[in-house]
Amino acid sequence: MIRERYLNLGVLALLLALALLARLADQSFTITVLTKVVILALAAAGLNIALGLGGLVSLGHAVFFGLGGYAMGILAFHAQNFAPLELGPLTIAGSKSMPVIWLTAIAVSALAALVIGLLSLRTSGVYFIMITLAFGQMFYYFSISWAAYGGEDGLSIYIRNGFPGLNMLDPIQFFGICFAVLCLVLLFSDRLARSPFGLALNAARQVPVRVETVGLSPMRLKLLAFVISGAITGLAGALYADLNRFVSPTMFSWQLSGELMVLVILGGVGRLIGPVVGAAIFVALEQLLGGLTAFWQIWLGVILLLIVLFARGGVVGLIAPKGVGHD
Amino acid sequence: MSTILIIEQVLNGLQFGVMLFLMAAGLTLIFGVMGLINLAHGSLYMIGAFAAATVAGATGSFLLALAAAMAAAALTGALVEMAVIRRLYARDHLDQVLATFALILIFSEGTRWIFGSLPLYLNIPSWLAGPVALPGGIQYPLYRLALIAVGLLVWLGLWWLIERTRLGIQIRAGENDREMIAALGIDISKLYTLIFALGAALAGLAGALVGTIQSVQVGMGEPVLILAFVVIVIGGIGSIKGAFVGALLVGLTSTLGGIFLPELFKLFTDPATAQSAGASLASMSIYILMSLVLIWRPTGLFGARA
Repeated sequence: MIRERYLNLGVLALLLALALLARLADQSFTITVLTKVVILALAAAGLNIALGLGGLVSLGHAVFFGLGGYAMGILAFHAQNFAPLELGPLTIAGSKSMPVIWLTAIAVSALAALVIGLLSLRTSGVYFIMITLAFGQMFYYFSISWAAYGGEDGLSIYIRNGFPGLNMLDPIQFFGICFAVLCLVLLFSDRLARSPFGLALNAARQVPVRVETVGLSPMRLKLLAFVISGAITGLAGALYADLNRFVSPTMFSWQLSGELMVLVILGGVGRLIGPVVGAAIFVALEQLLGGLTAFWQIWLGVILLLIVLFARGGVVGLIAPKGVGHD
Repeated sequence: MSTILIIEQVLNGLQFGVMLFLMAAGLTLIFGVMGLINLAHGSLYMIGAFAAATVAGATGSFLLALAAAMAAAALTGALVEMAVIRRLYARDHLDQVLATFALILIFSEGTRWIFGSLPLYLNIPSWLAGPVALPGGIQYPLYRLALIAVGLLVWLGLWWLIERTRLGIQIRAGENDREMIAALGIDISKLYTLIFALGAALAGLAGALVGTIQSVQVGMGEPVLILAFVVIVIGGIGSIKGAFVGALLVGLTSTLGGIFLPELFKLFTDPATAQSAGASLASMSIYILMSLVLIWRPTGLFGARA
């Protein structure tokens, strides 16, 4: 049994150490794989706020991941082609600067989460799952039919976007920036969970009636959680698009929503480091099993099934079980 | 835009709708009675299509292929229910979603492993091939007309099963109070397996029937599954009537939207823009329909429970 705090720091330190070792050994492919772990962990950490804290089983988080990706794709596309984006009276030149792209990704995903949340949170339980899934599909088909930005083929961005003062073409520097963002988001999640808002949200998940009796609106709490969650996943989408220098409708696909949820569950729902552990296991399985068989997802399915049926706290739950009282 | 085209598209919409109904009926029954959300329902649809393609290839008989589709899907459904699904009834929806997502991965990749990635094709049997003349000089494919008939027959059959038979009484009782009917001496776990197998058989049938006009390939089930979710969200979960109305609404909206929205846009802008804007909006139309229904009635058109 390990204290959760040490586990959290240990996992992050291990990730960083692996990346630095790979840098020393000049293994840039390994750094890219680790960067993928960090970005997927970030996306799952976003989902974990809705799922773990708010109890909102969203099967449509690919919407935000995709919107973040397309925010990057569209801004960089207009910048690289020197074709300004005309939005009515507004003319935007596009951008190749990460901070600008990130803010756009966050704003767009948060706005989408607000609208989807307002509609979906009118319902609960199984309706909520199906509706979020359906909205995911809506964005997927929309992106396929939107020929101006590549339609089904997606958009390629030739050069990775820049960050002031750093060289993003160097894999370790890009890893560093992603890792820093992940650490900040995890710190924020931790603070959020302990804040009055987090406590109220936790209560709204467990006994909404009591929250209402003390004068708080469970709907508002959940909506805010959903918006924050969507914004973080959107930011991860922008980074993921930058990692691949490519966006396509698959970023909106329902499989991706399912995978994000799998990352959270593999690690452990509602556990701070759960998404990171989940993403690391997922990418490790993909790299290891994927080398052995083209059908590695069968084994992913079997592992997932066993975890759901027999190890409900996920991997973090196995290593550092929570005390009695946790549901 | 002629009347004939409109009638043809309405028929296409109905055909699409009744096939969605076959999927949605099983999902809504399983949710209504067992309280389970089953993402792997699309896999049963795929299994039905693959079983039909295999049997049709070996024997050349379309009816045998349909029987094989229903049998394979029902058998898989019953086995999965006994091995996995049974353990999920008492769990929350999150666990159900994940476990059935895991089943999708296993079934999809397993099918790809056995059959490969190339699509298979099922042929329309000669006695259902060709067009048929409808009143008003409309030529319409006989096969699609047969699909509409099958869908309506299944709807009537389900209605009869649930309203008029002993099994139907048990199903309805199971929806209301599972402890009580268990206390009355009904083997509830056998009943659940049976309902699951019934829903699976309907999904398998739909897979085989639709697989004949499209292609049979891995991953064919999930887009239909998600549309079936939209159907039961619109109709109200647990209601067969809701599933039927929702399925027709979604089928018609999706088919007619794809044809008429681009035409409608051509009244305002140039053809190229109208085509792409109309197509984009048409791809979103059923989700807009769903949102409107939700704003109006959060539990769907015929949903009883909050």
